[in-house]
Amino acid sequence: MNRSIITGQRLAAVFLLGCVLFNYPLIALFNKPGELFDIPLLYFFLFGAWAILIGLMALAIERRKD
Amino acid sequence: MLQGWVIASVSFAYLGVLFAIAYFGDKRADAGRSVIANPTIYALSLAVYCTTWTFYGSVGRAASTGIGFLPIYLGPTLMAGLWWFVMLKIIRISKANRITSIADFVSSRYGKSQLLGGLVTVIAVVGIVPYISLQLKAVSNSFTILLHYPEIVMPARTGAQPLLQDSALYIAMILAAFTILFGTRHLDATERHEGMVAAIAFESLVKLLAFVAVGAFVTFGIYNGFGDIFDRAEVVPKLKALMTVADSGASYGSWWSLTFLSMLSIMFLPRQFQIAVVENVNERHLARAIWLFPLYLLIINIFVLPIAVGGMLHFPDGGVDADTFVLTLPMAERQEALALFVFIGGLSAATGMVIVETIALSTMVCNDLVMPVLLRWKALRLHEERDLSGLLLSIRRWAIAGILLLGYIYFRAAGEAYALVGIGLISFAAVAQFAPAIFGGIYWKGGTRQGAIAGLTAGFAVWIYTLLLPSFAKSGWLSLDFIREGLFGMTLLKPQQLFGLTGLDEISHSLFWSMLANIGCYVAVSLRKRPDVVETGQGTLFVDVFRHTEGAESSRFWRGSAQVQDLLPLIGRFLGPERAQEAFLAYARRRGLASIDQLQANADLVHYAETLLAGAIGGASARVMVASVVKEEPLGIDEVMNILDEASQVRAYSRQIEQKSRELEAATGELRAANERLKELDRMKDDFMSTVTHELRTPLTSIRSFSEILLDDPKTNLENRKKFLAIIVKETERLTRLINQVLDMAKIESGNAEWHTAEVDLHEVLEESIAATSSLFSDKRIGLSMNLAGDVPKVKADRDRLIQVMLNLLSNAVKFCDEDRGQVTVRLSVGADAVRVDVEDNGPGIGEADQNTIFEKFRQVGDTMTAKPQGTGLGLPISRQIVEHFGGRLWVESSPGEGATFSFTLPKDGEYDARKEER
Repeated sequence: MNRSIITGQRLAAVFLLGCVLFNYPLIALFNKPGELFDIPLLYFFLFGAWAILIGLMALAIERRKD
Repeated sequence: MLQGWVIASVSFAYLGVLFAIAYFGDKRADAGRSVIANPTIYALSLAVYCTTWTFYGSVGRAASTGIGFLPIYLGPTLMAGLWWFVMLKIIRISKANRITSIADFVSSRYGKSQLLGGLVTVIAVVGIVPYISLQLKAVSNSFTILLHYPEIVMPARTGAQPLLQDSALYIAMILAAFTILFGTRHLDATERHEGMVAAIAFESLVKLLAFVAVGAFVTFGIYNGFGDIFDRAEVVPKLKALMTVADSGASYGSWWSLTFLSMLSIMFLPRQFQIAVVENVNERHLARAIWLFPLYLLIINIFVLPIAVGGMLHFPDGGVDADTFVLTLPMAERQEALALFVFIGGLSAATGMVIVETIALSTMVCNDLVMPVLLRWKALRLHEERDLSGLLLSIRRWAIAGILLLGYIYFRAAGEAYALVGIGLISFAAVAQFAPAIFGGIYWKGGTRQGAIAGLTAGFAVWIYTLLLPSFAKSGWLSLDFIREGLFGMTLLKPQQLFGLTGLDEISHSLFWSMLANIGCYVAVSLRKRPDVVETGQGTLFVDVFRHTEGAESSRFWRGSAQVQDLLPLIGRFLGPERAQEAFLAYARRRGLASIDQLQANADLVHYAETLLAGAIGGASARVMVASVVKEEPLGIDEVMNILDEASQVRAYSRQIEQKSRELEAATGELRAANERLKELDRMKDDFMSTVTHELRTPLTSIRSFSEILLDDPKTNLENRKKFLAIIVKETERLTRLINQVLDMAKIESGNAEWHTAEVDLHEVLEESIAATSSLFSDKRIGLSMNLAGDVPKVKADRDRLIQVMLNLLSNAVKFCDEDRGQVTVRLSVGADAVRVDVEDNGPGIGEADQNTIFEKFRQVGDTMTAKPQGTGLGLPISRQIVEHFGGRLWVESSPGEGATFSFTLPKDGEYDARKEER
């Protein structure tokens, strides 16, 4: 595998983003009763953030040039 | 109706399919057409992470902690982002060193230590075997529940089955058979099991489909979608509480520590290491797994909370264990087929985990526990045995059977005890102990064997004391006193509030103390002394793996003498004589030798043999075995450091050489370009010479012919004589002018021209030039208009030269002006940083193609063959040279039929390019 440094950095950035998203205090922001599109707020936030992370990783991996 | 035989036969049919896939996979692998050489299959097989603990247990966790089941899957997602660096490095190292298990990895890194390999194996076995029990329990429970269909009966209430009617026993036996069949078919130097991986990938698909099917059924079949379920949950306070986490520091703390724990588990669970590293066919496959595997986790978790909430709404009295909702909900709705499918899904989750985990553990037990002992046991006379490959295989097989038996015994003994139910995270915490030694080992050369041993031992001990023993106590196997009162009644030693630390859940608490002890001891002991020879060598190989991937470098750390006749039989004893022959022959061929006899037993060959052996019996044992047949001279630490220095110097040199060769290439390119330019100039010079001589010959010819006429014919009348002499004089003038201009041109070009630079007023220059050419204008009756800006700054230039330029432009304008209504306009204007002079005529104009050529020497527009040339063809080139010398520009703008405008600019501040002056 080509050790494309820029791809690695993008993925590491996604990792850091995930660390922030899945941690206090951002979680606390959504940790309250309430619903969005009929889905509990926290549940919606976590799955949404999760899906976005996966999307970003897929983008970094599949669109790399090596 | 779901009778026992139906369930059993469907289960067997499913296992039959698994066997078929594994068999097909192995056949294809033998034929060299791997079915698993595919990134998607690799990513799917990684989903062996999701066991029955996910399949059944996630819903259970969600029912008690709500969203708290998620960190177990968020952690791997985050870690996947770092795989590009970390996992890739581990895979590269493992391939280069033929590492076959996590124990082998740790022991190889720290100087091929048998003790360390054994320690890792013990931790893995102690941590993982209960987890295997949990899988057996899940299958057995789900079988029991399904058997009572349509009644819903909790297995805990039915009591333990008699041994021979216990489905878990048969499951364990079948799994042992499967694992032995596909896990130990032969001793592969790389320990890869393609058929098994294909089966695991298939199992991952089955469990995903089963879980999504039941999730969709609960969400959309029993209820009306997500909104409906969550709306109903809103009104039940107990369920409403599940939608958020307790808003306290502790719950966020445990959220994060679970995420962290699962990040480490995804790397270091033996089954994950086996699938991700050992079974990896091609490291390129890792790329897609980085996002596909988290996507799998996301999908399998979407329906967890809806199923948990749906189950709790459906069975409000709490009589049904939330761990079984996945199965009991379809059963309560009389969905036989779906219930059976769910059972198969659970079976696939269990079997996948058990098979891979058992293979991984059996490799470790065989290579890092049993073999080292057997090889040291002189009484067995193993060193005299000719072929040990059979023995190795049977040790593996017994190890598989033994591990499954242990798992079953633990399952029977623990039953519903906490020690089994809570083992998931406890198990994770055990394998997390490998993290410091491995991460340290691949990024830090300073880690030593003693440091790793100290760290692992300390972490493992703390884990036992703070997690394992309390779980035994909670199961009633130990007195609870030591939890409540602390060991020996010392409150500071309470295992779950060690040193009085409170406010953390038990997992976070244990994780904190064990990691502190582990990392602390690892770093402190490592720093106590310098790594020794072998540690330095291995450390360099591991940390700098991307610099020397060829693996050839490790042989540099070895010195001694060996005989091929000793090495070959040694390898043959473990791999089988034929395979050893093949391997050596392949090695010889790669070196361009015809047969094994020609092989030199040098450091490379010894290293090759050792790596071959390491694939079969682990790095540490391989080291011992090879050392037993070759004479080794120990290298001093200084020598190793020298070799490393040399290596880094060689690398530095080679980088320098690369740099130089790049420079050289660039220089060559420049030289080539310069040469081309020289050739071009040479050609131009020849052209110039021939043109000049041609131009000189024309006036000379006419002078000569008229002179001859005058000489030969004295009777020529006066009028004609005058006429001829006038022509001679005119041609002579032309000749003189031509020669002057050629000289002028040559002087300017060679830089020998004299320049009298001074502040020049362009008004004066223009007026003087116009005055000098006024007779030309009046002769040809051409109008001249001037448009001169008033306040023009002086420029730095040579006044006479500028007049020369102006004269040239003006006489050109006159020459090419319209014959009847000739009009020339001279303009002087001031731009932003330059002064500009335009000379405009209303002649025929110059075609676009000619606008550049007129500035070339001896090039005149028009057909020079028919029309008589109207100038020397040197005026414009000289003018351009002069203007450019003073930092200006001379150009023409014209279109045919509309006259031409010759313009030049001179820089206002007079700072023309000084370099031109010097040239």
